[in-house]
Amino acid sequence: MKKGNTIFFKNPPRILSHAAICGSKETEGILGKYADVTLEDDMYGESTYEKAECKMLSAAISLAIKKSRLGESGIDVLLSGDLLNQIISASFAARDFTFPFLGLYSACSTMSESILLGSALVDGGYVKTAVCATGSHFASAERQYRYPLELGCTRPPQAQWTVTGAGGLVLGSGQKGVKVVNGTMGTVCDYGVTDVNNMGAAMAPAAAKTIVSHFVDTGTAPEDYDLILTGDLGALGSRILKDLTWEKGYDVSSRHVDCGEIVYKVIESEFQGGSGAGCSATVLNAYVLTKMDAGLYKRVLFAATGALLSTVSSGQGESIPCISHAVQLEV
Amino acid sequence: MTGKTRENYNENYLNYVKTQDPPTKHLKNCASAFGVGGLICCIGQFIRYMLQYAGLTGDELAGSTSVILIFLGCLLTGFGVYDRIGRYAGAGSIVPITGFANSVTSPAIEFKTEGWIYGMAAKMFTVAGAIIVFGVFSGVIVGLIYFFI
Repeated sequence: MKKGNTIFFKNPPRILSHAAICGSKETEGILGKYADVTLEDDMYGESTYEKAECKMLSAAISLAIKKSRLGESGIDVLLSGDLLNQIISASFAARDFTFPFLGLYSACSTMSESILLGSALVDGGYVKTAVCATGSHFASAERQYRYPLELGCTRPPQAQWTVTGAGGLVLGSGQKGVKVVNGTMGTVCDYGVTDVNNMGAAMAPAAAKTIVSHFVDTGTAPEDYDLILTGDLGALGSRILKDLTWEKGYDVSSRHVDCGEIVYKVIESEFQGGSGAGCSATVLNAYVLTKMDAGLYKRVLFAATGALLSTVSSGQGESIPCISHAVQLEV
Repeated sequence: MTGKTRENYNENYLNYVKTQDPPTKHLKNCASAFGVGGLICCIGQFIRYMLQYAGLTGDELAGSTSVILIFLGCLLTGFGVYDRIGRYAGAGSIVPITGFANSVTSPAIEFKTEGWIYGMAAKMFTVAGAIIVFGVFSGVIVGLIYFFI
């Protein structure tokens, strides 16, 4: 059933298992205790950062499958994507597996988009199980979007820090696990922010739009959720999101948490917090889903946000179109 | 025509974002840039005095001083120290010749993974290329002005 932009699942698929891997810097934060694998070396034993990112993603996928006890033959499809050009990490990671692969690109909102699509496939009965995964790496993102790592330049105070990490989960039907009740498809939203260092401000309108349309479509209010989790708006973007939703008559301030804002221990050299596809993927898979399994959170709205820009578009002076997809998770 | 133009930007939102922006700490940045930049210049001057003491003069003296500073810049970049200095000092470590050395060395290290020719050698000047182009260009302009007056 579809109402507005929200798809309601008839037999809500369940998250059978989830796994996350995070880098050394992330380990110091809240993820340290909850991630399945923490890296001491951000190269992960590989010769390049791109290979390391691919290996992280691949490891997150196999870990999630292993924890679900389904085995590789029990998985019907992999939905994955990442930030690098031509989504190389995801497609190269898919080489390691025998099941089919559907590549996605939705920048940092890939996690929620893959859960949304995976749930639709499972609920529709087209596949029995689906793996949703994504990841990012600070060094490879920095090289693609910004400057060489060793270049001695300063970061503006609006800047964010790409999270090194990957997360994956297995969707399927069953009696146990967190349910994916419904999902709101996002619309591309562009208010004309051109500053590539100010992703929070660029993405906040997209997040606000999706969250508000989710409330309207489902007839819920912010108080109905234990947690409204956005992807990587950072401290500045979160403030803007609260203002924008408040303007529409929804006060999310008591329920809203941003993955980017909480992922690091001290937001100082990272300024506004974490960003990247791995940010929402690791926080969701390592922290939030573990807490949901334990029954601490009953109902979570997960709305990852993505900035759909490229270095070419921003070089040509284009503004930054952004998107946010939301999924409602329930115990 | 598709897409966003200056005319259909959401001006209200952009103005609102400006009010929310965390301020850049100009005073602190200037002070640390002045301190670190000055320190690099002092080191340069110290090297110059030492070389002068060793008996070098004129162009030889200026050239050798620059070479040593460039070497130090490259070395610190390779050790992964220069970007830390740069994060703290800003323009203080970008403007001196060591900053130029850093802007050549850092992409060279970064793109080495894509091969020696198309990676390291070709991408070496991605940052420094702009400095060279406009450096030479402004040099020509100043030279012409100097020639005519």
